[in-house]
Amino acid sequence: MLALDFAFFTPDVISGYIVKGFIFSLQLTLVAMIGGIVLGTLLALMRLSGKTWLVMPAAAYVNTMRSVPLVMVILWFFLLIPLVIGRPLGAETSALITFTLFEAAYYSEIMRAGIQSVSRGQVAAGYALGMTYRQTMGLIVLPQAFRNMLPVLLTQTIILFQDTSLVYAIGAYDLLKGFEIAGKNFNRPVETYLVAAVLYFIISFSLSMLVRKLQQRIAIVR
Amino acid sequence: MIEIKNISKWYGAFRVLTDCTTQVEKGEVIVVCGPSGSGKSTLIKCVNGLEAFQQGDIFVNGTSVGDPKTNLPKLRSHVGMVFQHFELFPHMTITENLSIAQVKVLGRSRDEANERGMKLLDRVGLKQHAHKHPGQLSGGQQQRVAIARALSMDPICMLFDEPTSALDPEMVNEVLDVMVQLAQEGMTMMVVTHEMGFARKVSNRVIFMDQGSIVEDATKEDFFGKPRSERAQQFLSKILSH
Repeated sequence: MLALDFAFFTPDVISGYIVKGFIFSLQLTLVAMIGGIVLGTLLALMRLSGKTWLVMPAAAYVNTMRSVPLVMVILWFFLLIPLVIGRPLGAETSALITFTLFEAAYYSEIMRAGIQSVSRGQVAAGYALGMTYRQTMGLIVLPQAFRNMLPVLLTQTIILFQDTSLVYAIGAYDLLKGFEIAGKNFNRPVETYLVAAVLYFIISFSLSMLVRKLQQRIAIVR
Repeated sequence: MIEIKNISKWYGAFRVLTDCTTQVEKGEVIVVCGPSGSGKSTLIKCVNGLEAFQQGDIFVNGTSVGDPKTNLPKLRSHVGMVFQHFELFPHMTITENLSIAQVKVLGRSRDEANERGMKLLDRVGLKQHAHKHPGQLSGGQQQRVAIARALSMDPICMLFDEPTSALDPEMVNEVLDVMVQLAQEGMTMMVVTHEMGFARKVSNRVIFMDQGSIVEDATKEDFFGKPRSERAQQFLSKILSH
């Protein structure tokens, strides 16, 4: 019989080990989400521009990022950038930049589908009113693309939140790391990993539920 | 006002427009008709540069549409266009639909734009719907808003691309009424439509297109009285037989 003992899990342990990592995981998720969506939207616009000199680099970037395992990108970025800039970057900063760049590839595919979901007629209507490309995209197409894709963008963000645990590869202090250290210090690794799993599950699952609700609401509005 | 000179257009090897020439004088109402696929929608979209053409040129109020140096957004800002599928912006209220281009393109203040928008909305009889989103209106109502939106830019001429083709029959007239009123006020209009009643009532000339060419360009009396081409005669007998 497996003997589990959670007695060591006092509020002090939680505030001492877990909170710091939790905050970083949230920060990483938010930064990579916002930065990834902005960068991804630009990549999507490049790929849909019809101009070869914009399409080619954007397509190459997206396909490369989507073909390499995330954990390798994290490692390589962490190891290579100090060689380029001549000083270490720190695991946390490195993770923030890597995740933004990596997630941009995935968000760009979502935004590309979203932009294509807006009819050509809407673009024509914007132009016919005298709007420029920027105005037509910014005022007419992207708001609709974003609204249409909101559930998918949020689902990708939930996956992103789970993937942030991969920063263990470079030793950044995230939510999982907090549990890992607590487990080592109190010699209770099974319990801490169990609690970590339950916590990841609760957060991810309740967010998925929220997305489902949102999806229904969008379906009604349409 | 609008001069179309020897326009030709290809989609790859397929020629959609062949040497089309015509003009619309200030205050004139021109109806463009013809079977589907005859290039009439393509031609009207060339007028404000929504479709590119490979040969010939179009002049709107003296400005060349084909010249790459022409500021197309500026040209389009005073050429109103109404689409078959309305193309109101679904993420905005009716008020916002009417004011957005006035503010962003013409640089009017939001108050000024809203006032102008409301005046035009009242004119098409939809003032009480200002706060709604396009999805909450019927097709006929949406198309009237689309006309008001185009008018809010104070256009020098109006292009209509099959404005009633996507409407249920009972909604066609409410849109045509607005268009007739506009024509009677002296607006320069180029209208792609199959509504021959509208053509009879307010048009000055009727252009008949077939397979990318302008086959007939005649006064409405001549067009309905004695169309010269056999193709136009066939077309008229088909759509007027009921």
